[in-house]
Amino acid sequence: MTTATTKLKAARGHHAGWLVKLTVLLIVAVWTIPSLGLLTNSFRTSVDSSTTGWWTSLINPVSTEWTLANYNRVLTSGGLFDALINSLIVTIPSTIIPITLAAFAAFGFAWLKFRGRSLLFGLMVGLIVVPLQLALVPMLQIYQSAGLTGSFLGIWLAHTGFGLPLAVFLLYNFISQLPKDIFESAYIDGASPFTAFTRLVLPLSVPALASFAILQFLWVWNDFLVSLVFLGTSSNVAVLTIELASIVGSRGEAFHLLTAAAFVSMVIPLIVFLALQRYFVRGLLAGSVKG
Amino acid sequence: MVEAIGSVRPPSPGLKILRALLVVGAVMATLWLGLGVLRDPNVFSGLGPTASKLGQALLALTLGVGGIWALFYAGNVIVESLPGRATAFLRPYLFVLPAVVVVGVYLVYPTVGTVVESFSDVPEGADPLTNYRAAFSNADVLQAIRNNLIWLLVAPAVSVGIGLAFAALVDRIRREAVAKAFVFLPLAVSFVGASVIWRFMYAWKPAGQPQIGVLNAIWVSAGGVLVDLGILAEVEPVAWLQVIPWNTLALIAIMVWLQVGLAMVILSAAIKGVPPELTEAARIDGASELQSFFRITVPSIRGSILTVYTTIAIAVLKIFDIIFVTTGGNFDTSVVAVRMYQEMFRFRNFGQATTMAVILLIAVLPIMLINIRNLRRQGIGA
Repeated sequence: MTTATTKLKAARGHHAGWLVKLTVLLIVAVWTIPSLGLLTNSFRTSVDSSTTGWWTSLINPVSTEWTLANYNRVLTSGGLFDALINSLIVTIPSTIIPITLAAFAAFGFAWLKFRGRSLLFGLMVGLIVVPLQLALVPMLQIYQSAGLTGSFLGIWLAHTGFGLPLAVFLLYNFISQLPKDIFESAYIDGASPFTAFTRLVLPLSVPALASFAILQFLWVWNDFLVSLVFLGTSSNVAVLTIELASIVGSRGEAFHLLTAAAFVSMVIPLIVFLALQRYFVRGLLAGSVKG
Repeated sequence: MVEAIGSVRPPSPGLKILRALLVVGAVMATLWLGLGVLRDPNVFSGLGPTASKLGQALLALTLGVGGIWALFYAGNVIVESLPGRATAFLRPYLFVLPAVVVVGVYLVYPTVGTVVESFSDVPEGADPLTNYRAAFSNADVLQAIRNNLIWLLVAPAVSVGIGLAFAALVDRIRREAVAKAFVFLPLAVSFVGASVIWRFMYAWKPAGQPQIGVLNAIWVSAGGVLVDLGILAEVEPVAWLQVIPWNTLALIAIMVWLQVGLAMVILSAAIKGVPPELTEAARIDGASELQSFFRITVPSIRGSILTVYTTIAIAVLKIFDIIFVTTGGNFDTSVVAVRMYQEMFRFRNFGQATTMAVILLIAVLPIMLINIRNLRRQGIGA
C-alpha cells in the first residue's frame, strides 16, 4: 500500500472505524484458519495429530515435537511422488496445446476473412458455458474403443477441448485490438500471415497468453473429474487430485498424512499463483464465465 | 525483423511440394513413434524408478508441446506449397480449423450425442421418454436435483454477498493488499484439496475425547460454558458432514470459502472504477454511507455483480469434487453431477447418465443464449 493511495483514501473521507477493521479481521481469520490448520498439522506427529487440536502446537510451539516424517512417508511409500510427476506431465502440455490452438484461431477470427467466420465464432462463445458433463458419456465411449483411456495423449486432448472455447474468446479479445498497421507493413514486406503471426502477434500477445496460461494451468492441475473419467486411478498415470482423493478413501482419519499429502498437492499451484498473480487477476477480469 | 522475413527468395513449385511432403512425413512419423513409446510405462525402467519417471515426463513434454507446433508448421508448409489461389483460400482455415475441429469433437459432437442418447438408450420398443420418466420418479434423483437447487440458491448469493462486503470494507483500510491476499489464496486450491482442508475443520471425536476439528472444539467449549451456567443439560460433538439437512450447508461452506476470492477480486476492481464524485455528491446531499453504497455504488457495478453471480452459479450447477470426496453423495448430500457419475460407473446405465447431463444443459441454456446475444450486440465476430 503506497502512501499516495493512503492519502487518497483519507481525502475521500474513508476513515476505517473499529467495526470495519473488526469485520475485515474476522473474514481474514475465517479464510486463513482452515489453511493454517492444514499446514500446522502436516508437521505434527501422528499421536499429537489424533489426540490434540493443531492449535495447541501453535500455542506451545517450543514443547511441540515438530516433524517432517509425514512428508517423508507420503512421498516415499505412497504414490504421491509419481502423482506429482504425472500432474506435471498432464498439466504442461494441457496448457500449451490449447493456448497454441487458440492463438492461431483467435488470429484467424480477428484478422483473416473467410466463409463461416461469424457462425464458427458464435459457436465457440456459446460453448464456453456448456458443462463438461455433456461430453463425458460419448467421449468415454470413443476413448474406450480407440484405446485412449489412461493415456497422456487422451487427457491432453480432453483438457484442450474443454479449455479451448474460453481460450479462443480471451485471446480474440486481445488480438483483435492490436493495431492494424503492423500487419499491413509486414505484408508489404512480403511476410506471410503465418510469419506475421509467429513473429509479431505472439510476442505482442504475451500478457494475454500469460493470463490464460495461468487460468488453464490452475484449472488442469486442480481438475479431478476429467482425470477420474479419462485417465483413471492406476499409479502410472494417476494425478495428484486422484491420489489425494484415494488417500481420503483409504486413510481418511490419518490427518497427519492427509494434511501433508494435501499440502504437497497445493505447493506448485500456490507458487505459480503467487508469482504470476498480476496476470491471473487480469485473466479473471477479462472473462470469468466458464462451463 | 520484418525486412529479413521478406528477403527470402521462394524456391521452385516442385521443390516446395517435395519439401512439404518430407516435412509432413517426418512430423507424423516422429509423433507416431513418440506416442507409441509413451504408452509403454516400462520404456525407461532400466534407469531406476525416479529417473524412469522423469525420463517419461521429459519425453511426454517434448512430444506434447513440440508436437502441436510441429503440426502447425507442417500444415503451413503444405498450404504455402499449393498454387496461389488455393493458398489464399485455405490459409484462414489452417489457423481456425484445428481449434474448431477439436471443439467439434470434444464439445459439439458429444453434446448432441448426449441429448440423443438420453432419448434413444432405452429398452427395445420403449417410449423415448423412458429415461426421463425413470429419473423423475426416482427419489434419489429428485433428492439430487433438490440439493442442486439448494446449492444454487445459497452458494452464489453468499459468495457474492461476502465478496462484495469484503471488497467494500477493505477499500477503506490501510493494509488492503495484504488483507485481500488472504481471502484470495483459496482460489489456487483444488476442490479436492479444499475438501481435505474442511474435512479436518469438521473432524469429529466422541464426546469426552479432545476434539481435533476446529468447529467441534469451538462447539464443545462454547456449549460447555452454557452447561456450566445451567442453560444446557449437555453438549455433544457434532458429525457436521452427516447431520441431515445441515451437512449440505457444511459442504456449501467449502464452495463459498473457495469462491469468495473470485467475487472479491472482480467486485473490488469494479468498486474502484466507480467515480468518487458520484458517492461524494450523494454524501453531500445527506445520504448515509450505507445509503450511498446501496443506492450509488451497487447499481453502478450491477454488471460485474451479475457476471460473478453467473460464473459461480455455473460452477455450482456442475459441482462434483467436493461431494464426491467428502461424503460420496451419502447422507442425502448427492447432486446431479455425482448422480451422473454413479450412473456411469456404478450402475453402468449410460441412458440415465446422459439424462442427468441433459438436466444440467437445460439449466445453463439461458446463460448460453444471453452470452451469444451480448456478443452480437457488441458486433464481435459479425
